[in-house]
Amino acid sequence: MRLYRALLRLFPTAFREEYGDEMSAIFRLRARRTTGALPTLWLWATTTEDIVRNAIVVHWDALRQDLRYATRALARTPGFFATAILVTALGIGANTAAFSVADFVLVRPLSYAHPDRLVKLMEGTGGGTNQVSPALYQHWRSESRSFSDMGAYYTTGVNLVGEGEPQRLDEAVVTASLLPTLGVPPVRGRLFTDTDEHDGGTIILSYGLWQSQFGGAEDVIGRRLLTDGTPREVIGVMPREFRFPNRDVAFWTPMPLAQLRDEEITNTYWEVLGRLRPGVSIERARTEMDVVSQRLRAQFPKELDGIGSSVVRLRDELSSQSRTMLLALCGAAACVLLIACANLASLLLARYLRRKREFLVRAALGAGRERLIRQCITESLVIAVLGGALGVVLAIVSVPLLTRLIPATLPIAKSPSIDGRIVLFAALLSTVTGVVFGALPAWRASNARDMSELREGTRSGGGQRERARAALVTVEVTASVVLLVSTGLLLRALVHIQRTDPGFQPAQVLAARTALPVPKYDSVTRRARFYEDVLQDVRALPGVSSAAYISGLPLASGGAVWPVVPEGQEDPTTRPASAISRYVSPGYFRTLGIPLVRGRDVTDADIGSRPWVAVVSESFVRRYWPNEDPIGKRFKYLNDVRTVVGVVGDVHVRGLERANEPQAYLSYRQVPDTGAAAFFHPKELVIRSSTPPAALTAAVRRIVHRVDPDQPVSNVRTMDDIVSDVTAARATQVRVLGAFAFVAFLLAAVGIHGVLSYSVSSRSREIGVRMALGAQPTSVVRMVLRQAAVLAVAGILPGVVLAYVAGRAMQGLLVGVQPADVETFGAVAVLCLVMTIAGSLAPAVRAVRVDPARALRTDG
Amino acid sequence: MTPSADTDRFLPLPPATFHILIALAKEDRHGYAVMQEVEERTEGALRLSAGTLYRSIQRMLEQGLIRETRKRPAPELDDERRRYYRITPLGEAVARAEARRMAELVRMARAQGLVLGTT
Repeated sequence: MRLYRALLRLFPTAFREEYGDEMSAIFRLRARRTTGALPTLWLWATTTEDIVRNAIVVHWDALRQDLRYATRALARTPGFFATAILVTALGIGANTAAFSVADFVLVRPLSYAHPDRLVKLMEGTGGGTNQVSPALYQHWRSESRSFSDMGAYYTTGVNLVGEGEPQRLDEAVVTASLLPTLGVPPVRGRLFTDTDEHDGGTIILSYGLWQSQFGGAEDVIGRRLLTDGTPREVIGVMPREFRFPNRDVAFWTPMPLAQLRDEEITNTYWEVLGRLRPGVSIERARTEMDVVSQRLRAQFPKELDGIGSSVVRLRDELSSQSRTMLLALCGAAACVLLIACANLASLLLARYLRRKREFLVRAALGAGRERLIRQCITESLVIAVLGGALGVVLAIVSVPLLTRLIPATLPIAKSPSIDGRIVLFAALLSTVTGVVFGALPAWRASNARDMSELREGTRSGGGQRERARAALVTVEVTASVVLLVSTGLLLRALVHIQRTDPGFQPAQVLAARTALPVPKYDSVTRRARFYEDVLQDVRALPGVSSAAYISGLPLASGGAVWPVVPEGQEDPTTRPASAISRYVSPGYFRTLGIPLVRGRDVTDADIGSRPWVAVVSESFVRRYWPNEDPIGKRFKYLNDVRTVVGVVGDVHVRGLERANEPQAYLSYRQVPDTGAAAFFHPKELVIRSSTPPAALTAAVRRIVHRVDPDQPVSNVRTMDDIVSDVTAARATQVRVLGAFAFVAFLLAAVGIHGVLSYSVSSRSREIGVRMALGAQPTSVVRMVLRQAAVLAVAGILPGVVLAYVAGRAMQGLLVGVQPADVETFGAVAVLCLVMTIAGSLAPAVRAVRVDPARALRTDG
Repeated sequence: MTPSADTDRFLPLPPATFHILIALAKEDRHGYAVMQEVEERTEGALRLSAGTLYRSIQRMLEQGLIRETRKRPAPELDDERRRYYRITPLGEAVARAEARRMAELVRMARAQGLVLGTT
């Protein structure tokens, strides 16, 4: 019988209370008549089936009824309905958008076979990590057991001449083992084999290039094209979602034999990917690699001094700044949701308190408390589901705005798609929001004690419920303080970085890339002819005041770093410090507006047969010849001795957030024809013009085409764009956080307004009495404002503490700003004051307008 | 009450509902008595389960097809726990409408020779 009673619990309480006894009586009768094991079993089976089936129907009936009731009730108060849905939509939308971006970058598995077993291997150099030399890679591959396979690659830019206009594209040069290690089969053709490494001349296309260059032709396999003048045959096409190592790579070519066999173990430029054997943990692989590194250090004590290994999951290869940014985004979204939920709960609570009489009447008519709560929850669920749906729409619209927060260096698409999981996330969030924040106020409103109060007609109650709403508003204020402060701190950091003088004047400068392919342009003389022809015509364009070539633009590319040994400072015991190198043509400094502090620019006379010259930066001088005249000083750099002929201002080469590093500018006519430095011949054309620089693009393309029809022009940008690109991710983040903070601020103000209005209207009698007794309007206003101030301060105090904690957590992003930035905190305090006053304005006015006579007369 | 939209929106009736209405047509009964009556009249062909019975009763109460009655039988025949139900005028009209609907169906079937013993 107890079991039967337990089964009855499947029915709603009201139903059970109504019919439970009778059903039990019937069952008892049946059970008494049944004897024998089999019939008893049958009785239980049929009874269980009966109860389960009918319980579902009863619940469904109740739900339908509640839904009908809820929609009718909500339709009667469209203002409340719209506000509640909007509030929910904002909270859910912000979270869905933030979650979809974070999930995309941090969580979602990469589209390779068993992506959790893919790892990146790097040289560990104590403090950081480094790329790997081909020779070291060969050692690692042959001497480790933890990996089922290993592959290596590097990316570079090449000129592609195929069908259509020549293009400058990114390629990945890969060992034959790399693509099989990733475990993704091609959609057409085949992958590389050892034969391809041996013979060269083959190429695998990305899906995108297959579509754009060959129009997705089925017979693409076997077609031919030229990369930097090397003829290649298409042997395969990779799937659309395959983006390794990053989304910009257009095709893959096999590693040339000479590079595979390079025995120089310090020539580090490869990236290494490994696949863990099944059952081998990453920790075990690390331990093994430590042993391998130790053995290799013993074998190459000089070359591998201090060099170990680092093994990280491919998924985790993300800069800590990007990670902090995404987590901050999620935190901000959670704050918005918290505020939205608090607001929703507050709205619902007020609504239910207003409807108490209705509840009371219905309770008197026999509706149980469970039923009332259930109806309230249904109502808030309707709000949550509609708000959630609207929120998903908001998220879909806003996700593309967040894509700048996704680092371009990851092997994933540019923009996340809203998939089933995201919708599920939103649905879950909506449901929890609806149930929890609908049930709590309903629970309070239908509280038995409150009910009895109402029955007795007392009007004094409500202190406790007001406290509940006040607590909600406090939470809102706290969360909005955290958001406002975080946004403020990031904004200050952004301004600080944007105000950083890059060391050059970016305005009115256009940059374009003409990367000259080798072997076509494998000597200084051939390249010089190209540069001269192009520069001559460009300088003749109307409005152009100067133009020059450089091997790598500041901020956009790091460039090569080489050791510097000044004459007379040779010290064989220490590793020499290094400087960033650039090859420039005459006029580069003038074009970019970099001040020439002493001496002279490089000239066309600084050719290979003359003494090799260098123009160095001020920080270079400070490091090697402080308090000395640097002109005429000599230093060993890149295998040759250079003479300093000039000194220029410092430039932030590797980003505005990094300190200036010593820089050396070398003559474009003194690039060695062979060796590592040959790779860095000038390829970036910079033009200063008095006309809008972007308007020069067509003319520049025409000029380059006239000089060499096979030469593509790529990466045409203004220097202003390059500078703002450096801070683009930050600027996006500040905008997103700012939007979140604004929403939070607004919601908190609405919350304060709600609490005060309710309190004013429920105290109108008291206010009326006070005014009848001679209280001045000012004292009434003061009373309302005091209440508002208490709410605000109660929210601001914990908010300030939490905001400081949040600031500490994202210190990595706060360049030039302290987490306890006084100005930011001050500004936020002022904003909160404004918010409080704005929120309490209307209630205060209403309080003053209370007519004492009416307030006293009416019982309402 | 006319056989109009008022009754039509209930049609077709779920079989359990129709049987309960028939069982209550002549006299007020409590739930268990309804069960027994249905079983007897159908000669055991239809046995309403307790769950179906009370779930139907609950819905019929809400729809206004039946109501609880305060009139109780003589105390010695009564059981404290039992509730008695009475058919409402609406319930009667709906039962009639359903009967008409079924008769119409049978007539159509008969016209097509689908019912045995056609005249």
